[in-house]
Amino acid sequence: MKIVGLSGSRVGSKTRTAMDYALKVINENYPDVDASLIDLADYEVQFSDGRNYLEYEGDTQRVAKAIMEADALIIGTPIFQASIPATLKNIFDLLPVNAFRDKVVSMMVTAGSPKHYLVAEQQLKPILAYMKAQMVQTYVFIEEKDFIRKQIVNDDILFRIDRLVEDTVLMTKTYTKLREEKEKEYGF
Amino acid sequence: MTMENYRIDPNKGLEFGIYTLGDHLPDPLTGERISAEQRIHEIIEYAKLADQVGIDFFSVGESHQEYFATQAHAVVLGAIAQATKQIKIGSTSTIISTSDPVRVYENFATIDLISGGRAEIICGRASRVGLFDLLGYNLRDYEELYEEKFDLLLQINKQNVIDWEGKFRAPLKHAEVLPRPKNGSLPIWRAVGGTPASAIKAGYAGVPMFMAHLGGPAAAFKQTIDAYRHAARAQGFDPSELPVTTAGFFFAADTAKEALRELYPRINEGMKRTNGQGFPKQLFAQGTDPHSIINIGSPQQIIEKILYQHEVFGNQRYIAQIDFGGMPFENVMKNIEIIGSEILPAIRKYTQTNKKVQE
Repeated sequence: MKIVGLSGSRVGSKTRTAMDYALKVINENYPDVDASLIDLADYEVQFSDGRNYLEYEGDTQRVAKAIMEADALIIGTPIFQASIPATLKNIFDLLPVNAFRDKVVSMMVTAGSPKHYLVAEQQLKPILAYMKAQMVQTYVFIEEKDFIRKQIVNDDILFRIDRLVEDTVLMTKTYTKLREEKEKEYGF
Repeated sequence: MTMENYRIDPNKGLEFGIYTLGDHLPDPLTGERISAEQRIHEIIEYAKLADQVGIDFFSVGESHQEYFATQAHAVVLGAIAQATKQIKIGSTSTIISTSDPVRVYENFATIDLISGGRAEIICGRASRVGLFDLLGYNLRDYEELYEEKFDLLLQINKQNVIDWEGKFRAPLKHAEVLPRPKNGSLPIWRAVGGTPASAIKAGYAGVPMFMAHLGGPAAAFKQTIDAYRHAARAQGFDPSELPVTTAGFFFAADTAKEALRELYPRINEGMKRTNGQGFPKQLFAQGTDPHSIINIGSPQQIIEKILYQHEVFGNQRYIAQIDFGGMPFENVMKNIEIIGSEILPAIRKYTQTNKKVQE
C-alpha cells in the first residue's frame, strides 16, 4: 500500500509539523505501508495549463505522478483567506477529473482560528468528491494554540491524528480488498 | 457539399470501418512489445485484409509521443493506398493545428491520386498535447490554431486558386495548391470528442463529424449528435447532407466474457501508459449491455449493438478500434475476418433500406 502525505502550502510550519507526525505514526505502526511525504514548499510546481499530467516536466510531473500512483493520500492544508491555499488547488487542477478514483483521501487542517473549522467541509470535500475520492469523513482540525516551537503539544490532537492514520489505512485495505473481490467476480 | 461530395451513398446502408491510433504499446498479457517497424507493417496488413473482406474504410491516427509509431501517418496511409484497391482511407486524426494546411492538403491529395480517389482527411485538435512543444507551437493557441488552419484547409479544398491571410501562417496570394484530388475535392471531416460543446462547432461550420466515444450508454452520445445537427440547421446547413461517423472500441469473440478478457487488459494498461489513467473495470463490465456504446461480445451481440446505435444516431459510418494496447496481430486479423464474414453482411442487410438521416 502506497500512502502519500501531501503538505499543501509553501507558507509556515504548522501543516508540515502535523504531516511529519502523521508520517511518523505510519512508519512506526505500519511497516508494510510505503509512505512518503510531498511538501509543496520543497518543489517548484508550475500552474496547470490544461495538459495531461504525464506531459509536465520536472517537479510538476514528479508530484503529479507520485499522487496518481498512490493508493491513499493524507492531505494537510492550512486555511488561507477562508479557503484552501492556491498551491493545493493547483495540484487538483493539474490532475485528471477522476484522479482520485479508487483512492482513499483523508485530511488534516491547520488554522489560526476555530472560525475556519467548516472550510474543509464546505470547500475541500466537494473537490475531493468531484475527483471521485473515497473520503475518510472525519478530519483533524488543528489550531495555532496546539503548537509550540514546531511541536504539537495537545494530546487530543495527537490521539486524533493516530486515529486518522488508522482509519486511512483501514479504509484503504477494506476498499482495495472489496474492490478486488468485486473485480474478480466480473470474470475478465 | 452533399453526401455525394463526402462519397457516402445512404442507399448502401451503414458503412463499416476500422481505425488505429497507431499506438505502439507492449501487450500486457506477455509484457512484450514488437518493433515500430513490425507494428507499421502489421497496420498495413490490417488494411489489406480489411480491403479484401469488403470493409468500407480504414484510417490511421497521428500522435507525437512515447508509445506511438505513426507520427508520420500520411506516409503510412501512402503505403496503404498502394497496397489496397477498394477501401476508403483516412486519418483519425490529422492534427491540423500543428501542421501546415497546404502540406496536409498536398499529402492527402497525393494519397487520393495514388489510391484512385479514396482519401479522406479527418482533422482533430489533439487530446494529447505534447506535440505542441515538439513542433514549436504554443498551447495557449490551441483553439485558434485549429480553427484558423482547419478553415484554411476547407478553403483549399473548395478553390483551386486561393487568396488567404491569417495569424499562424504566411499569406497565400493567388496560390495554387497542387496536386488536386482525383474528383475535385476531398471529404474533410471534423473530429469531435464525445461532448456536445465540441460537436456544436462542427455543426456551425457545416462539416461532417467523426465522433469518438469511449464508454457509456449510446443515449448519452445521442445528445452530442443532436446538438451537432441542431447547430448545423441553425447556420442554414441541411443536416441530412452531413454524414456522421461514430468511433469506438470493438472486439468480437465466441462469448462476451471471452471478448472482455481479451480487450480489457489491453485497454486498461494501454490507457494508463498513454493517458495516465486506466479504464475502470466497473465501467467496462457495463460494456456488454446491449445499450452500451462499446461494441464487444459475440458477433451476433455486436450486430445488434451496431444496429441499435445506428437506429439511435442515424449515423452513416461506424469505425471500430480493435488493435489498441498491444492486441496481438492474430487477434486483430481474426476480428477483421469475422467482420467481413458475419458482421458486415448482417449490417448491410438491415440498413440498406434505411435511407433517411434521423433528426
